[in-house]
Amino acid sequence: MADKIKGKVWKYGDGVNTDVLYPGKYTYKNLTPEEIASHALEDLDPDFSKKAQKGDIIVAGKNFGMGSSREQAVTALKYKGVAAIIAKSFSRIYFRNAINQGIPAIQSEQASDAIENGEIIEIDFKNGKIITEKREFSFPSFPEKMVEILEAGGLVEYTKKKLGKN
Amino acid sequence: MGETFVQKVFSRKVGKKVIPSEIVVVEPDFVLSHDNAAPISKIFGKFGVEKIKYPERLVIILDHTVPAPTEVEAGNHKLIREFVKEQNIPNFYDVNTGICHQVLSEKGYALPGKIILGSDSHTTTYGAFGAFSAGIGRTEVASIWATGELWMRVPETIRIILKGDLPKGVYAKDVILHIIGEIGADGATYKAVEFTGELADKFSIASRMVFSNMAAEMGAKAGYFHPDDKTIEFIKDIAKADYEILKSDPDAEYEKTLEFDVSNLIPQIAKPHTVDNVSPVNEVEGTKIHQGLIGTCTNGRVEDLEEAAKILKGKKIKEGVRCLVFAASMQEYIKALKKGLIEVFAKAGCIVMNPGCGPCLGAHEGVLAPGETAISTANRNFKGRMGSREAFVYLGSPATVAASVIEGEITDPRKYL
Ligand code: SF4
Repeated sequence: MADKIKGKVWKYGDGVNTDVLYPGKYTYKNLTPEEIASHALEDLDPDFSKKAQKGDIIVAGKNFGMGSSREQAVTALKYKGVAAIIAKSFSRIYFRNAINQGIPAIQSEQASDAIENGEIIEIDFKNGKIITEKREFSFPSFPEKMVEILEAGGLVEYTKKKLGKN
Repeated sequence: MGETFVQKVFSRKVGKKVIPSEIVVVEPDFVLSHDNAAPISKIFGKFGVEKIKYPERLVIILDHTVPAPTEVEAGNHKLIREFVKEQNIPNFYDVNTGICHQVLSEKGYALPGKIILGSDSHTTTYGAFGAFSAGIGRTEVASIWATGELWMRVPETIRIILKGDLPKGVYAKDVILHIIGEIGADGATYKAVEFTGELADKFSIASRMVFSNMAAEMGAKAGYFHPDDKTIEFIKDIAKADYEILKSDPDAEYEKTLEFDVSNLIPQIAKPHTVDNVSPVNEVEGTKIHQGLIGTCTNGRVEDLEEAAKILKGKKIKEGVRCLVFAASMQEYIKALKKGLIEVFAKAGCIVMNPGCGPCLGAHEGVLAPGETAISTANRNFKGRMGSREAFVYLGSPATVAASVIEGEITDPRKYL
């Protein structure tokens, strides 16, 4: 994870659930991460998996990721190249899954209200800032250890690396 | 501005003041796993380290499928026993001890001010002792085994003030079911819930455990009570470590405060297939049942068994109905035995089983067939939870289950009291 990222916004509303993030019918199909990514958000926005670019950012409303604990709901976005998710709030399990798979999940009501679909925004992780053309929003910056987990690409990789170093 | 209990626990751990929503890295005091220690040990194996960082912080309790019903579970148990030996894990409890949440509490690990994490969603139970305890995923537990630490988000706190006196036939279980019905299964997602007020003070430790256990069913990360004399009395001879009593300041900032007065509450039932689908008992009275279950980590303590036995004493359960009784631990089983409760159950026609999870999660020991209906003292009634996906599970207090197995249909326990 870079100190700063810049990307195009895909904006969604409240309650984006794990079924629209990754439809249940594929959960036991043993697909590769790339195949999983090809179904990302397909029941909510079929354009997303066709047009999203590596480095894009999702901005959404309340309770993002509500529903099942299926990790593919994060994997789908990760392998689509989503660089960060900003939401008013996250479901608890989705939030943990996101971080543990290396996707920064940022909670900010104001940013979620203000940012529009298609905008290019910047996230400065070091200083805890979301920067749009018109405004800036702050969020509590991630502590160093957390940044290390995100940088490693997730908890398993982080743990491996950390132990390799010791 | 004062601090909440949660802020205090986390501030102590990380050595600086924290605020809700902040993400911190903490070293939990104890880490629970049960039969899932087997898959966790396999994830741990992937990290390429030989030794667990702090073996003395692990607590492993075999309870979910005990004794092993099939070769697969037997193999898992064997693997865990070997792993425990290899890694010199001192806090291991084998298949004859009881349900993890009860055992961890009665063996003195659930202590005020501690952070306890576990690979089981009802790890919230230790909030009854003023600990901060939360369920986490298996990969996360494996990672703690290897590194001793995990990141956590400091949650905001919802305060629930409990008022009034429990009417006859109404118990902690009915109150928490009512609350979950009111605020919903996601009413406290990612939050800590503080249970307080005059009724909370009056609650026994066993009743507080019902609340903290079921906090998970409103989406909460943790659900706690402030420790008092009853807490100290419970832990004073068994505490496995030093502890510090932490309480929210009077001027702490809560996300919201809710009040519940129980003075006019009647027994409550959660209907299939969600825990927040709650009705007063009179709306479901007469629903035919095939099985009753008295036990689980929610309501398997001697206090619960006593209430059920009061109703079953000298009675017979309805012909064609099964009733399974599981004490939450061997210790509670022995207490029940001494009080003559086991004899009451056996004479009434119940099957008294070994302490453990039993069919609570549908793995063994009395699961349901398609089309069958059960009433249980457990904490979850999801589709397929107790066996067949085409079965129906209702939840209620031990007294309600006892009255219902006598009549063969869901019954208001107050007519037997
Ligand atoms: S009794 Fe049921 S809810 Fe409690 S730990 Fe066992 S399976 Fe889980």
